Amino acid sequence: MGFKNSIIWMYFSSPRNFYPIAGKVIPWFAGLAAIFTIIGLYISFFLAPPVLSDQKEYYVIIFIHVAAAWMSMFIYVVMSMYAFIGLVWNIKMSEMMATALAPTGAMFTFVALWTGALWGRPSWGAYWVWDARLTSELILLFLYIGFMSLQSAIDDPRRAARASGLLAIVGVINIPIIYFSVRWWNTLHQGFSVAPNQTTQLVDPSIFWGMITMALACWMYTIAVVLARVRTEILQRERQTAWVQELVGNQK
Amino acid sequence: MNAITDFFHIGGYGFYVWGSYGVTALFIAIEIYLVVRGKRVITKRLARLGRLNNNANAS
Amino acid sequence: MSEGSLFLAWRSMLVREILLAMRRKADVLTTLFFFLIVVSLFPLGVGPELETLRLIAPGVIWVAALLAAMLSLGRLFSDDYDDGTLEQILLLPHSLSMMVLSKVFAHWLLSGLPLVLFSPLLGMQLGLDSDAIVLLMITLALGTPALSLIGAVGAGLTLGLRGGGVLVSLLVLPLYIPILIFGAGAVESASSGLGAEAHLSILGAFFIVALVVTPISTAAALRISLD
Repeated sequence: MGFKNSIIWMYFSSPRNFYPIAGKVIPWFAGLAAIFTIIGLYISFFLAPPVLSDQKEYYVIIFIHVAAAWMSMFIYVVMSMYAFIGLVWNIKMSEMMATALAPTGAMFTFVALWTGALWGRPSWGAYWVWDARLTSELILLFLYIGFMSLQSAIDDPRRAARASGLLAIVGVINIPIIYFSVRWWNTLHQGFSVAPNQTTQLVDPSIFWGMITMALACWMYTIAVVLARVRTEILQRERQTAWVQELVGNQK
Repeated sequence: MNAITDFFHIGGYGFYVWGSYGVTALFIAIEIYLVVRGKRVITKRLARLGRLNNNANAS
Repeated sequence: MSEGSLFLAWRSMLVREILLAMRRKADVLTTLFFFLIVVSLFPLGVGPELETLRLIAPGVIWVAALLAAMLSLGRLFSDDYDDGTLEQILLLPHSLSMMVLSKVFAHWLLSGLPLVLFSPLLGMQLGLDSDAIVLLMITLALGTPALSLIGAVGAGLTLGLRGGGVLVSLLVLPLYIPILIFGAGAVESASSGLGAEAHLSILGAFFIVALVVTPISTAAALRISLD
């Protein structure tokens, strides 16, 4: 059973085999993203209570803000795992996945910071405060930018992927800091909305499901976009091979 | 009519809510556009390079 | 590969670094002068009111130390990389992490320690009282080694790249920010009566984690850059 699994793994770690499979599943994930988005937005704007006890109507930003923040952290962890695997076991496909994940992760980090600022202004009175969670999320954005800058600064794609992979791994320490910052420090940012081991729900069920649905929407979207991006990366890095040449229309 | 304007007004906080969702939608649209365009550009470029190569080899 | 020979190699690397730096004193001194000049700019830009300066002093001195550290990172590996010595170091039978640690220690002695020693001068210039100055020195003494250690990872990753100096700064800055926050924060916390023990503990923790994690990471970075 283990032997069979490793055969499957080795099959998909070849860019040539991964390319068409990725292409086939992208529409499915895009479709799921669209469905979850529609459901999520419906819950956010029509099912969730209009106001909370301590927050006015603007609190609906929570549905996109929390999802984006979760994705920004989750994508970074996944990215550094792919980087680690690519670095240690020298698997090109893994390196390419890490490269493909970075821009989407950076996008969600920016969205989290932006929506957070627009939420902070009406509720705290300030677009930005230098508390632990906001600062560490900003650091996360810098880490993504550093990752992408280092990659683009190195011409040799192998060295570029390995160097930025190492950088990603070193920076992963920031993720638990972001997540636990609201517990470790007195911050202006509110505490866990969905705590790791919470049995009773802290928030209204419709709000909880709204957040979960939007998070799933973001996750499906991420998979679709990252797979699309990695296909372009495969074409670029494997451009000398016969199968890519055939694909772009040049018979040898 | 009132229900619709209320929906967009969101108790006076429309700027913040639509500013959030709007910018997010914008970034998502930009990202999708960049990924699709990137694939097209690379495919065209590789096709052109391959043709040039083939011509060079043939001649 | 006995323990004795590792220590000898470590020590001779250290001596070599210091000797080379002494022959090119300018490199070492420019870092220090940069630190002094940057801090001196602030009274000129912000105004000479001592009250204001005293408030911003810890942050200003710490930011200047950060900038000076980032500037000095370019020198860490580039000379050896350019003349091929770095490849030879990689081929030594001794642990690369230990050789890296030796180089980083030398770097700190030449770039970080002077900042610590000259900080009282700057503290007085910005109106800090003696307690604050001592605390500032302690935070710098704890923080600058971490800056050198973490900076080495960035320097190793960017060997031989164009735009090297700015790129290294961009890469290490996210990792430097927590050290800056707690370093400057310690002094401000003490001056407002809350005590700096927590900040100092965290700075110490950063130093220890950096000491354990970065030499291996830097060694890996060098191997990636040189293969």
